[in-house]
Amino acid sequence: MEKDPIVRLRRVTKRFDDVVAVDSLDLDIYQGEFLTLLGPSGCGKTTVLRLIAGFESPDKGDIVMNGTSLIGTAPNKRNVNTVFQSYALFPHMSIFDNIAFGLKMKRFEKSVITEKVTEALSIVKLGGLEMRKPHQLSGGQQQRVAMARAIVNKPQVLLLDEPLSALDYRLRQEMELELKRIHRKLGITFVFVTHDQEEAISMSDRIAVMNEGRIEQIGTPSQIYEEPQNMFVAKFVGEINVFEGRIVEIHNGSAVVDIHGRHFKVQNRKDFANGRAVKVLLRPEDIMVTKDEELQGTAPALAGKIEEVIYKGKTVDLIISLDAGETVFVTQFFNEDQEDVVYRHGHRIHINWPYGWEVVL
Amino acid sequence: MKQAFKYAYLAFIYLFLYIPILVLVIYSFNDSRFSTNWQGFTFSWYAQLFEDGPLMEAFANSLIIAFSSSTIATILGTLSAFAFYRYRFIGRKVTYSFIYVVMMSPDIVMGISLLMFFITVGLSTGAATLLLAHITFCLPFVVVTVYARISGFDRNILDAAKDLGATERRMFRHVVLPMLMPAVIAGWLLSFTLSLDDVVVSFFTTGPSFEVLPLKIYSMVRLGIKPEINALSTVMFLMSLVTVTVSHLLIAKENR
Ligand SMILES: Nc1ncnc2c1ncn2[C@@H]1O[C@H](COP(=O)(O)OP(=O)(O)OP(=O)(O)O)[C@@H](O)[C@H]1O
Ligand SMILES: [Mg+2]
Repeated sequence: MEKDPIVRLRRVTKRFDDVVAVDSLDLDIYQGEFLTLLGPSGCGKTTVLRLIAGFESPDKGDIVMNGTSLIGTAPNKRNVNTVFQSYALFPHMSIFDNIAFGLKMKRFEKSVITEKVTEALSIVKLGGLEMRKPHQLSGGQQQRVAMARAIVNKPQVLLLDEPLSALDYRLRQEMELELKRIHRKLGITFVFVTHDQEEAISMSDRIAVMNEGRIEQIGTPSQIYEEPQNMFVAKFVGEINVFEGRIVEIHNGSAVVDIHGRHFKVQNRKDFANGRAVKVLLRPEDIMVTKDEELQGTAPALAGKIEEVIYKGKTVDLIISLDAGETVFVTQFFNEDQEDVVYRHGHRIHINWPYGWEVVL
Repeated sequence: MKQAFKYAYLAFIYLFLYIPILVLVIYSFNDSRFSTNWQGFTFSWYAQLFEDGPLMEAFANSLIIAFSSSTIATILGTLSAFAFYRYRFIGRKVTYSFIYVVMMSPDIVMGISLLMFFITVGLSTGAATLLLAHITFCLPFVVVTVYARISGFDRNILDAAKDLGATERRMFRHVVLPMLMPAVIAGWLLSFTLSLDDVVVSFFTTGPSFEVLPLKIYSMVRLGIKPEINALSTVMFLMSLVTVTVSHLLIAKENR
């Protein structure tokens, strides 16, 4: 990502009366990337898109595209198109006219329009429905029309505001693949908004996790998932177990944390000082479960018993209550070599994890 | 049994609504000047009607005023409804409320205040003042009808038009207006009928040089109801029937 950003938000603030929707936000968007804005409802995702599209203007800060400020540039003069959550198709126009609208506004010739619309329709796989009206299409088809209507203009940046949220689960998964295919095919920069973390993780090149008008963390899906920078990101993206502890020893690059009287060796990436209270975070799939009778030596572990076993097919989820009182959520993959490992309600077990798989905050 | 009662009830209501009109239509063909007895079928009242110069002139005047006032009110009203919806300006809510005030105020108040206004600014009453008056009382109905439809729009549709490169004007022309059409037509028809049968406001705001039909009829019936009036009313009833049917067809077509 050494390239210059195509769009750059600099300390952008947007207020609605007494609500600060976007709070001094910095964001660089790079040419050709699939960037996702992920965050809970009301955190300002839509507002960021509307600021880039030009439907809102910032109270403070600057939005720069290709090196020039967009402040004062009307939405119809920006080389950006939007796919709206509600699709916002023109109900009185045929599918063809809907898709052709942008080209007509730019006064392309008729033959060129027909050609481009036909191409866009084939990209979204909707050929043959040109003469229908929007209300004669299914939700998934309307979604494709909304896509085609935007991409036919060949914008530099395509803004997508929760485009899949109105679709049912199966259709949504299908459209996720379609979107990725279209993104690859066109090479356009996509800025995608969602509050669904799975969607964000499976589709994006980079994810910006937003909260209360600010970006909490920005990075690749694996950075966001594996190395959350703070509790908000850790808890918002996926399930996570949190253990309260205290650093009792410092070594070169690592540390020892006391959790419920047990001493665990952890990586000390943030250079925490000795004696500091920390949180040790572990994803359910990073935790190892050992039955008490198999426990060997004195490897540090936390004791507890299995409360619930949830069979998921590929995995089995365990809910474990530790003797120290916490409830821990663990996902175990089936191991072909250990088919006799069967978990039952009430089994006494110990949990620990491989060194380095934890996140210490 | 219950079903039969329902139908009887329905029939009763419709009879109540339409018998007077039916009677009027029948008497317009009755070959008797004074009697309410049936004396035989005739078209002569219609013939007389069309030969009555002053009456026909008033009729023509009414049509001209109704047509032009409803057209102007529709254009102004549609634009103002759009402005109320689209733009945030100081006093927007207050201004919109005043539209209801105009709509609710009694005709007599409206007529007198308009007359006083015309006198104050030195306009002599006649066709022009009548037109202004009719535009004034039709306007709120158009605004309210159109605003009701536009406020049901998905706001994103307008943003989408801008997003795709439309200027404000082209967005209005290509997106807003076509979507508003049923309401615009409805507003026009409402204005047309309001204007066509207005008596009170017209009474105050037109002069002796420009007579309109409702006032003419009013002065005629003071001397007793003539069969010609029945014939005239039948013609007007037919006209409104046609307008309503046409508007229904147009709106149905628009919604398809
Ligand atoms: N036009 C507006 N007028 C007043 N407040 C607004 C307006 N638009 C947004 N807000 C407020 O700004 C905040 C951010 O809104 P925004 O729509 O950007 O959130 P979001 O992240 O898109 O949420 P969601 O996931 O629910 O769509 C919210 O508190 C919202 O109430
Ligand atoms: Mg939103």
